[in-house]
Order: sequence, then C-alpha cells, then structure tokens
Amino acid sequence: MSDMKNIGDAELNAFLDGELDQESQAVVSAWLAENPEDAARLDLMRRDRDLLTSLNSDVLSEPVPERFTTIVARTPTAPANNHHWMRAAAAIVLLLAGAAGGWIAHDQISPKQVVAKAGFVDQAVSAHVVFTKERRHAVEAKAEEKHLVRWLSKRVGRKLNPPNLNEAGYKLVGGRLVSDYGRPAAQFMFQTKDRKRLTLYVRSAPDEKETKFQIVEDRGVSAFYWIEKPYAYALIGKVDRKKLVALGEIVHTHLQSR
Amino acid sequence: MDGPALSPALRKYADPKSANRQETETLTGIRQDIVAEVPRLRRYALSLLRDSVAADDLVQDCLERGISRIHLFQPGTNLRAWLFTIMHNLHINAVLKARRAPPAGIRDDAAESHRSAIPASQGDGLMVRDLERALDKLSLDQKAVVLLVGVEGLSYAETAAVLEVPVGTVMSRLARGRRRLREIMEGNDQDSEESGS
Repeated sequence: MSDMKNIGDAELNAFLDGELDQESQAVVSAWLAENPEDAARLDLMRRDRDLLTSLNSDVLSEPVPERFTTIVARTPTAPANNHHWMRAAAAIVLLLAGAAGGWIAHDQISPKQVVAKAGFVDQAVSAHVVFTKERRHAVEAKAEEKHLVRWLSKRVGRKLNPPNLNEAGYKLVGGRLVSDYGRPAAQFMFQTKDRKRLTLYVRSAPDEKETKFQIVEDRGVSAFYWIEKPYAYALIGKVDRKKLVALGEIVHTHLQSR
Repeated sequence: MDGPALSPALRKYADPKSANRQETETLTGIRQDIVAEVPRLRRYALSLLRDSVAADDLVQDCLERGISRIHLFQPGTNLRAWLFTIMHNLHINAVLKARRAPPAGIRDDAAESHRSAIPASQGDGLMVRDLERALDKLSLDQKAVVLLVGVEGLSYAETAAVLEVPVGTVMSRLARGRRRLREIMEGNDQDSEESGS
C-alpha cells in the first residue's frame, strides 16, 4: 500500500480501522485533504461504525450473569487432564474388555463423553463429603448388620453386594440410604486402618445415558464413575487416580459378576 | 499401605498430580479471562440474533463448548478471537440447520425467527433502528466482518482467523458490507443478497 495512486474503499476502510502503517496512513490523510468527497464518505463510514458500536452496548456494563460464570467454573479439572485420562480410560477399557466380557469397546470413547460429568456424580460427591466426616454416625447400618445389603438392594432395586476391598486395605464400614433428588441411592462406606474413607454410590438410572469409565475431581476428592444401564455407579475418595482406577476395576468386576 | 496389585496396563501411568496442578493454575487464569469476555460475546450474539433470549442461549452454548475444549486453547494466543470463533461456528451451524429445514417464516438467518422488538439503547432512536434493519439485510458473511472489525475491534488478521478465510477476503467483505449498509441507510437498496466471497 506504499505506492498509492488511487485510494479506494479498501484503503479507506483500513484507514478507519487503524490497519495501516504510519506511512500509508499519512498517504491516505493527504489524499483525504484533497478529496473532500472521500473525506465525507469516510465520515459517514465512521459514523455508521460508531452507531453500530453503540448498538447493544448496554450489556457491556451489565454484570456477567451467574448462569455464565457457573458454566465457566464448571468441571475444573476434567478437561485439563483430558489427554491423559483418555489414554488411561482406553487402557482400562481394553483391560476390562478382556477381563469382564467387553461391555464397552474402546472406539466408543469420545472426548466429549470423557469430559461430561453425569448429574448423579454431584450427589454422590456431596454424600461422600458430608458423611465421611462423621465419626459415630458415618453409616446408618453397620457392615455386621445382616439386613444392610438386603435393605439397600431393595431400595435401589438392584441386588447389591459390596465388593471386598480388603486387599487394598479397605474394610466395609457399613452403608446408608441417600436421597438423590428424591431417588433412593445406596452409599457403602469403606475405610482403611488410618480412617481413610472411600464410598461406593449406586442408584438406578433408567433414563440417563450410558457413560464409560470417567474420573472427575471435585471438592477435593476424586470420583470414578460410570453409568451402565439401568444403574449409575461412583467410587469416591481422596485417592490418587492410579489407585482409584485400580479400585474401580475391582468394584466393576465384582458388581458385574453378580 | 500398598494398593491392590496394579495390572501392568495401568502401572505405566505415572502420578500426574504435579503436572495437573500447574495446568490447573493456568486454567484458572483462562477461566477468569473468559468471564471477562462474556459481555462482548453477549453483545455480538445480540447483534447477530437481535433477541436477548436467543442471544444468551448462543453465549451459553459458546461457553459450554469453550470450557469443554479449554485444553485446546493455547495460552498466549488471543482468547477473544478463540471465543468468537466458537460462537461464529455455532451460529453458522444453527443457520445452516434452519436453512435445511426452514420452519415457516424463516428466511435466511436464525435472527429472522426472533424478530422481537429490542428497543434501541441509545439516543439516535430512528437511526439505530434503521441501522439494525440494514444490518439484518447483510449476508451473514458481511455482517460478521462488519461487527467483528467495527464493533468488537478485532484486527483484520484476527477476524480472518475467526472466520477461517484469508485476510483479503475479510477486507473485501468489509468494504462491501459497509458500502451496502450505507446504501440501505440511504434507501438505495436495490441489489439482492450478495454473498461475500
């Protein structure tokens, strides 16, 4: 644009938008001084632009609605770990395909599914956070109470038999019934000798979409979860991923075998 | 205490904790920057759709997609352009969808279906209304360029990136779009939809 004989629309626009280097800008300025028609045209263009800028500008001074800040704050860690987790998920799936009859194929894992957080996980994490803090009333029915499993199975509508995690150092403490937006859910609690706690959360999910194994981190705990119709499962604890995945594997295999 | 024996397939995943924490700090910064862009996203959506409900739905879709792809954003590059790209693509898809199966009354733009009256915000009432009407007559290609450059202040290069077209195309669409706006405003609007190249 350095050699400007004729200033056209493109140059006027670029001038208006500040896209010209100093030299070209000077050339256009000189041109405008000698071509009042173009100068008038530029004025109109500038006025249109300013008018356009005033259009809907009210929203600029409005506070950002909570609806949007909520979205932006969502799933704080899942996307960041996406690549990593996807690889891990694919590996687990392959592993389970061999171990447990292959109810999922690895090509079914898509990034979206990995990122998505099922609604029930919120409830499961909430229940975990609230009840694992309790000392004397952590569970409603203790593991020794024979009716525990029968009772929760009946409420949730699935024969539940809490897995044996002794090998991993976790002993079943007991369980409780939890309300998940009005739906009965079972929470089994396990703990280690030094009171590190893990909960397994199960509820019916007749109309939720199936998901593959996923991990989210929320409120300081990790949740390994999946939905295998018609039930949703989450295993939650302050455990590193590697271990949680291994535990999840045990739980899944166990539940699968019933 | 040791966990259960890890199967070899899982053993190779090293503890990702420390790397993740760093990521998370970067992400927190990006999130704050995204929130700061929301007002502009809302304005652009409003200018495209002219219906505040539809506009905010578009913003919501845009943010949801952005957040779900936040790991794809390269820190240090232009976040505003990145978000506008997402919004633009969502809008284009909606428009194309509406075109494929046009419900009665929808002409060209998704905007056409929500022609609710949004009062002009500023003083030049009539002129603003004229301008809005004129803007609606532009092709989406031209409208997008006119708004992104003129209103949102993106550079030609950034606009080219958002629309995924060469800079030269941005320039020609801009010139044509502005000229057309002027013609419509002056009542010389006889030429039909011209789809910018």
